[in-house]
Formats: sequence, C-alpha cells, structure tokens
Amino acid sequence: MISGAEIVIRCLQEEKVECVFGYPGGSVLHIYDALFKQEEVKHILVRHEQAAVHAADAYSRSSQKVGVALVTSGPGVTNTVTGIATAYMDSIPMVVITGQVPTQYIGQDAFQECDTVGITRPCVKHNFLVKDVKDLAVTLKKAFHIAATGRPGPVVVDVPKDITAQMCEFEYPKTIQMRSYNPVVKGHLGQIKKAVQMLQEAKRPIIYTGGGVILSDAAEKLTQLARRLNFPVTNTLMGLGGYPATDSQFVGMLGMHGTFEANNAMHYADVILAIGARFDDRVIGNPEHFGEEKRRVIHVDIDPSSISKRVKVDVPIVGNVADVLDEMLKLLDGGFTADPEVAGWWKQIDEWRGRDSLRYKQAEHIMPQFVIEKLYEVTGGEAFVTSDVGQHQMFAAQYYKFDKPRRWINSGGLGTMGVGLPYGMGVLLANPGAQVACVTGEGSIQMCIQEMSTCKQYELPVKIINLNNGMLGMVRQWQEMFYSKRYSQSYVTSLPDFVKLAEAYGHVGMRIEKPEDVEPALRKAFTEHKNDLVFMDFIIDPAANVFPMVAAGKGLTEMILAEDL
Amino acid sequence: MRHIISILIENESGALSRVAGLFSARGYNIESLTVAPTEDPSLSRMTILTSGSDEVLEQITKQLNKLVDVVKVVDLSEAAHVERELMLIKVRATGKDREEMKRMADIFRGRIVDVTESTFVIELTGASGKLDSFIAALDAGLILETVRTGVCGIGRGDRILKV
Repeated sequence: MISGAEIVIRCLQEEKVECVFGYPGGSVLHIYDALFKQEEVKHILVRHEQAAVHAADAYSRSSQKVGVALVTSGPGVTNTVTGIATAYMDSIPMVVITGQVPTQYIGQDAFQECDTVGITRPCVKHNFLVKDVKDLAVTLKKAFHIAATGRPGPVVVDVPKDITAQMCEFEYPKTIQMRSYNPVVKGHLGQIKKAVQMLQEAKRPIIYTGGGVILSDAAEKLTQLARRLNFPVTNTLMGLGGYPATDSQFVGMLGMHGTFEANNAMHYADVILAIGARFDDRVIGNPEHFGEEKRRVIHVDIDPSSISKRVKVDVPIVGNVADVLDEMLKLLDGGFTADPEVAGWWKQIDEWRGRDSLRYKQAEHIMPQFVIEKLYEVTGGEAFVTSDVGQHQMFAAQYYKFDKPRRWINSGGLGTMGVGLPYGMGVLLANPGAQVACVTGEGSIQMCIQEMSTCKQYELPVKIINLNNGMLGMVRQWQEMFYSKRYSQSYVTSLPDFVKLAEAYGHVGMRIEKPEDVEPALRKAFTEHKNDLVFMDFIIDPAANVFPMVAAGKGLTEMILAEDL
Repeated sequence: MRHIISILIENESGALSRVAGLFSARGYNIESLTVAPTEDPSLSRMTILTSGSDEVLEQITKQLNKLVDVVKVVDLSEAAHVERELMLIKVRATGKDREEMKRMADIFRGRIVDVTESTFVIELTGASGKLDSFIAALDAGLILETVRTGVCGIGRGDRILKV
C-alpha cells in the first residue's frame, strides 16, 4: 500500500514523464513530499503558475510528449486558467494536476478553495475530481489517454488533499477502454477516393494546412503528397513548419497577415484540400466574401465538429491526418495525372508572387522585419522560435522560414500575451541544447517576465528578441488604421531598463539601436553567449506595421499592402 | 426548427453542467431539459428540446458527441417518435368552479391528485401542445401554480438508443 501522493508520482513515472512544471502549496504538500523522495520525475519550479502551464504546453508543442503541470488549489488553479485555455484553443495535449481542499471541506468556502472543475470546464478537453483514492491511478491513466488521443487537449485532474494521504494498493492500468470516448483514426476510404478524384479534376487547386499536420506528426507525409501533386501549399499560423517554407511550392502563410499570393490562391482556388485546419476567422476573413467564389472543399480533420462549421465542405474526411495522408499517397501511387490547366494556375500564382507582398523599406531605425531576417540567417533557420502575441508574432511568422515542424511555438487560437518566455523554457527542457529564440515585444514580455528567475535557476539560455517600439504595436496599428490615430492606452511608458533588468536576474542584457548592430548582436548572443540567457532589447521603428493586412470584416483578397500606403 | 435531442451520458457528477455549459458557451438554445438515470444506473438519459437551423443542429450533435462523457446522441425528431411531458397544475376550485375544473380535467384526461377545500392539483401528461391547450382552456385567474417536466421522448419501433 502506498499513499495517494505516491500514486500520483508513480503514475507520472509509468507515463515516462520526465519533467513537471509547477508550484507548491498547501493542498499539494503530500505530492511534493512524494516528489522529493524520487529522482525520475524532475520538477521545474516556476515563479507563477501561469508560466508552469505555458511551459508544459511548449514542452508538448516542441516534442509531441504530453506536458504536465502541478499546482495547488484556489489561486494556484485560477492562475493556470489562461495557460489551460491557451493549450485548449491550440489542441495541445497536457495534464494539469491540481490540489484541492480535503474532501470534507469541499463546498465550505475553505481556505484556498475554488471550484476547479467548474472554472476549468469550458477550457479543457475533460476534467476530473478524484473522490476516492482507489480511482486515482485509473483517473490519471484516463487523463493521459484523453489528452493525447483524438483531437488532443488539456485535461485537469483535481485531487483533494485527504486523497493524497490515504493508502491504497497501486496498480497502473496498461490500457484503458472508455465506452464514451473512441476517437476515429482511419479516414473513410470511399471518401478518400472521392477526394483524390476531385484533386485530379482540379484546375486551380490549393493545399491548405494547419496545426493538425503538426499535431499528427504528418509533415513529412504532407511534403510527399504535395510534391506528388505539384500543387501550391499554404499554411495557417498554427501550421507553419508543416511544409518547408523554403520550398518552391510554398506560397506562404495565409489569412489576416498572409501573403498576397496565399490569400489570392486560397480565394480563387476551385478545389481546396484542407488538412488539419479549421477555416477560422483570421484565416478566411469575411465568410460571405469567401463564399462568393464557387469551389469544392475537401476537409481532413480528426474533429468532426471542425468540418462544415464555418465553410460548407463537399468531401469530409474524419480521421487522423497522418493516417489519411497515408491512404491518399497509396491511392496516388496507383497513378495520378493533374489537370493540364494547373500549369496556368501556377503562372497566375507566380504573377501574384511578383507583387512581393512582404517587401518593406529599410529606415533609419531598426526594422522589426530585418531583425527576424537576421535571426533566421544567424540561426541557420534551425532555431525553435517561441513568440508572444502582437506585431512581433506576425513578423516572426512571416519572415522566419520554418522548414521543420514543431519549431514555431506560439499561441495561435487564444492569442495569449506573455507565453513567449515560458514557452522558451518548455522548449529547452524538451530539447536541451537547442537554439531557442523568444520573439517578443516590450508589452508581452512584461506579462511573464518573472520567469527570467526560473531561467537562471535551471540554466535555460533562451535568447529574448525584444522588438521594442514603446507601444502595444498591434493595438497601435489598428488605432492608426481604424480609429483615426487615437492611440488610446497603447503607449507603454515607464519601461524598465531591460538590460539592467536582465543583469539583475543574473543574465546578459544588450541594447541594440542601429541596424548595423543587429547581426553582430545576434551572432554574439548565439555563439559567445550560447549558454546564457541573453535579453536583446532591439529599439525598433515605432511606426512599423504588419502587411499585408485583411481588415476585420473584409474579404481575403481585399488586402492592404505596404505598397498601397 | 424544433428538435428533440436524446443523449446517453455517463452518470457522473458534473455531466449535466458539461452539457448545459456547452449550450450556453456556443449560444445554442435550450427550451427544456430533462435528465434521469436509465435502467443501467451508470448511464443517464437526457432529453433536450432545442431549435435551430440544420447547420446549427449538425454542430450541436457534433459538439455533444465531442464531450468525453457522452456515449450516444440522437436527434429524435428526425424520425417517428413519441414525446411526452408531464404537468402538475394547482388551480383554485371553489363554488361552481369546482365542478368546472373537474370536467376540464376529464376532457383533457387529467387526474386530480390533490384536493383541498379551495384547490385541486391536476396531473396532466401529453405532448407539449396538449399541456399548452389545457392552460389556455382554463380561466387564467384560477391558475395558482404550474410545473412542467420538459419534454422526454423515445423513438418508435426499432429505433433504440442504447449502449
């Protein structure tokens, strides 16, 4: 017989969890005691519970393993909610173990009590409150199973303190059967055949892929398929790296800040092969405008509810992306001839490409786009890039060419500012020794800046690329364009001296103010300071905006281009 | 369009809030909701009366199926089915109204299940429309209290919702 707390740790060991991100407190003291008595599961002590969940999330994004966070009841839980919702929106497999007040106190407004299951319910794939120590191991098994299978997502397991003290036999189930949960894996073969037929008939095809390709580890299969078809490929923000960005068939990211060629190709395509993407509002712009063109849509997704949600689909294929692509490739091996008109479509795309929609003007100030281009060069395109949310995120997505999956780590769905630094921590713990750049801004970085302390404690050499324009850039951009330049609360004054701040935490700080200093600073950071966290405060052009841009409510082809201004 | 969704769901605490939360979070309509354990006490059967376009209904069933605790979902109103609702209605029954109330209850095949010197409680079962008609047929001033269970339903013939 072992205690509930020991059962929790044994379950983590059985799941081969190497790393847990967390913060102790009253309700989880037994669990932390059990953690202390073993060495297999490493614990990373963050400075705020939100960062624990973000780090666990990035640990998963960059490795395909399930991320794990451990926090105490009450405020420990409420602090995790942003992180859980972030992971939920991007379908990231994660298990969050939360302490709860002892069973007999639940509902009594006890110290550090909150309704964890109630608070997290709308932003988890599933959650559990463990009411009997005998259910503890099975519940954790279910949690890992649910988190990682089907459309992945975060699962919360709420464990009251008394349960962690009670003694019980430990037996970890090898497999789990749930009558209510059996996600589809294989796609329907008849549908896949129909899809291939439709691809043969396509005159203006496009392959549009999203985060599902990354989550399903299907990047290689997608590349094979695209090469075999010789069709253009566009990725969503979440799908970057799912197809090599340096490949000639890649037309760039699409959507609100997508390239001219990607958005036009998407809009005017006669057949869209959508894979692991969900036609969301940032991707297709105004749905009525998008619906004006006649086209046929093939949609591969593991989640049936993503299909025909925003765009009517002609050939729905419910299944795991990798499995469906396998079947498609097999069918293509039986012979595939693309319509001869596709050659003309490529010509049209090349014409759109000729607009060079990502071109920008160098200025006296450092241009943010330039920093990202240099970052790409200096890291040889091999870095893991974590980002926060705002203009810098879009610049990173547009100008860092991701050739591999799981290298671009950002909050796409929820758009959570503050994720960048904890994401960097999670990536480094899953990929020790990797080059990790956190592209951020002076607004976002301050939302989780306390984690510089965690980075010191665990020697996590994140390279912070702070694109500092002294403004909440994306907010300012919208105010400039749509609110007659009334810059309501988008200035950030009283900024700290980031160099001194980094140094105060025991790291290296740099301030870069001239374009010619950008590359040397980056080189220094990634070579001389390879093993240090380097905070690079780039003072950038405060007027730089992200283009192309599809304004809210506009259609995909109604882009504002930099050249128009 | 009016639809009756039947759900088999694991009889766990919080199951109801997952379904109700889904409807409110996604802006779906709940006109009535009934839930109780089935003959297998580990399962609950829930009946939701909702409305929406075909697209909305498609999303409702897909989203319900996505809930980890949901075992099966069916739109009963897609095919032949029986639906019933139970109402208890307390009415003032004095003087000549007493006889009138008794007669009305008989016409609607209701049963008087509680009697005092001044009130009756009438139990009435049927499709929702019949209950509405009964209320409409009474003098509104005499209705003291009503309580309705909401619709529950079952498919006709071979249509069976079971694990």
